[in-house]
Amino acid sequence: MEEFLQQLTNGLAVGGIYALIALGYTMVYGVLKLINFAHGDLFTYGAYLGLTLLTSLALTDRVGFALGVLVLVLMVMGLVAIMGAILERAAYRPLRESPRLSAVVSALGASIFLQNTLMLIYGARFQVYPDDILPAATLDLFGLYLPLMRVLIVLASVLMMVVLYLFIQKTRIGTAIRAAAIDQDAARLMGIDVNRVILLVFLLGPALGGAAGLMVGLYYGQINFTMGWVYGMKAFTAAILGGIGNIPGAMVGGLLLGVVEALGAAYISIAWKDAIAFCVLILILIVRPTGLLGERVADKV
Amino acid sequence: MNNRASLVVAGSCAALLAVAPLFLNAYQVDVLNSIGLYALLALGLNLILGEAGLFNMGHAAFYAMGAYTAAILNTRYQIPILWTLPLSGLVAGLFALAVARPVVHLRGDYLLIVTIGVGEIVRIALINDVFGITGGANGIFGISRPKLFGVVIRQPQEFFYLIWGCVALTIFLFLRLKRSRFGRALNYLREDEVAAEGSGINTDYYKLAAFGLGAAWAGMAGTLFAAKMTIISPESFSFWESVVLFMIVILGGAGSIPGVLLAAFLVVGLPELFRELAGARMLVFGLVMMVMMVVRPQGLLPARGRF
Repeated sequence: MEEFLQQLTNGLAVGGIYALIALGYTMVYGVLKLINFAHGDLFTYGAYLGLTLLTSLALTDRVGFALGVLVLVLMVMGLVAIMGAILERAAYRPLRESPRLSAVVSALGASIFLQNTLMLIYGARFQVYPDDILPAATLDLFGLYLPLMRVLIVLASVLMMVVLYLFIQKTRIGTAIRAAAIDQDAARLMGIDVNRVILLVFLLGPALGGAAGLMVGLYYGQINFTMGWVYGMKAFTAAILGGIGNIPGAMVGGLLLGVVEALGAAYISIAWKDAIAFCVLILILIVRPTGLLGERVADKV
Repeated sequence: MNNRASLVVAGSCAALLAVAPLFLNAYQVDVLNSIGLYALLALGLNLILGEAGLFNMGHAAFYAMGAYTAAILNTRYQIPILWTLPLSGLVAGLFALAVARPVVHLRGDYLLIVTIGVGEIVRIALINDVFGITGGANGIFGISRPKLFGVVIRQPQEFFYLIWGCVALTIFLFLRLKRSRFGRALNYLREDEVAAEGSGINTDYYKLAAFGLGAAWAGMAGTLFAAKMTIISPESFSFWESVVLFMIVILGGAGSIPGVLLAAFLVVGLPELFRELAGARMLVFGLVMMVMMVVRPQGLLPARGRF
């Protein structure tokens, strides 16, 4: 039971991270019907920027742990959001009216470009987050000893998801995003500036993805320039699992995938851990392509 | 360019290539051999992605299937490596049919994701020594040299003629296929699936046929790869191989055989010329992909339409 609960909470932490990345995929897909292959790499930039800021500014030494990490998260989110906006301008806007394949190829090109830029800057080796900055405390929850970082990640990711959900559901701008996702042309006729909506989506998604990257760095302690591809694919799986284009779906899908993967790795086989997500992906596309709560994906006319 | 001029260009390129090994050193011939293998793979993918318009980014999985089939048959049962060609093609093709059957009706980019997933599952399975026959992360070694008409092929120059002979045969066959009823059906399907179905084309059948045939070609290329390297391991069949093949087809011009060949030379050959810039070449590659889609999305040598 102890082992099971440990794996379950671990799965929830990883799932929270997947869900944050998945939100970026699902929002972009909702509005542009484009799989933003470079999203996983923006997530990696979050991890690397977090490391650089953490070590160079020594925030946690100056203002204490809690405030330091909070400022760090906000800085990373802001920087990665700006990168997302630049990406949209450079790689996707010129292709808005082109066939789908062109945009997919451009997205892949952007992904390769971003990944290799990172490699040239930081080198190909794993980078390690300093472990002396963060307290390695454990939390005693009714007799279950959990690493503090794990609990913080679950709480932080759930908090961000709730804020995003309320933003999308309750504000005028959120309504505009939902309208643009349903029908761009109709939204434009209703006076919604669709270009601004798209820009906003490319700010919000990467911000969350960047935060997720920072979380991975803090949780696992080491990061690599290629990790965006695996996390990106899994997060995309999570988005499909929940139903692509559907924001609550991405949250549910992410958490579910994280738990399934953690339990599968613990009770089936650790060597096949990375294959679990892909099997889930293929199964869901065969059995229920709409995802748990979402749009249909098979072409039927 | 009219037909006559393009024939002259194609003929002189072929002639130049045929005598190239006489003037080049072993390393340079080896680069040409790699280009030939990629050209074979890309021609197979061109059938799926270029002619039928199905986004397949897991081509390396079928390539791996063929290479491992050949390697296992050769090292365990001592079957001469070139004899395994039809069987590796068959195994790769059947595997592709089994994988594609449930997902072939999916919208373009979903098919892309599924094929990426299949590629990864195959790679992970190979690393985990599935069924105890793939040799895990180390792969399979000790594959015997191919023998053709009593001659053992081992020099790069000899491989050159084997590989490029296969490429020439493939070009001939695929040109015929392209002009056949089958090829026209695939193009119709790519341009307008609904209209094609309305005209009585069984879309699922043609999609699967394209998938199976393209994958079978990758499987046979895998046999040649195994014969050339005499050692194969999962890392030769990574996701990036699939991406590179995808790029060759798109950059060359989807559905255009000359374009695919030109792109194979550029994508595989150019990086060899700039080896000292090894770190930056993938970066340039990504940048070229982005710029290309804005400037010339139809590819370098687009297929001439007949509609």
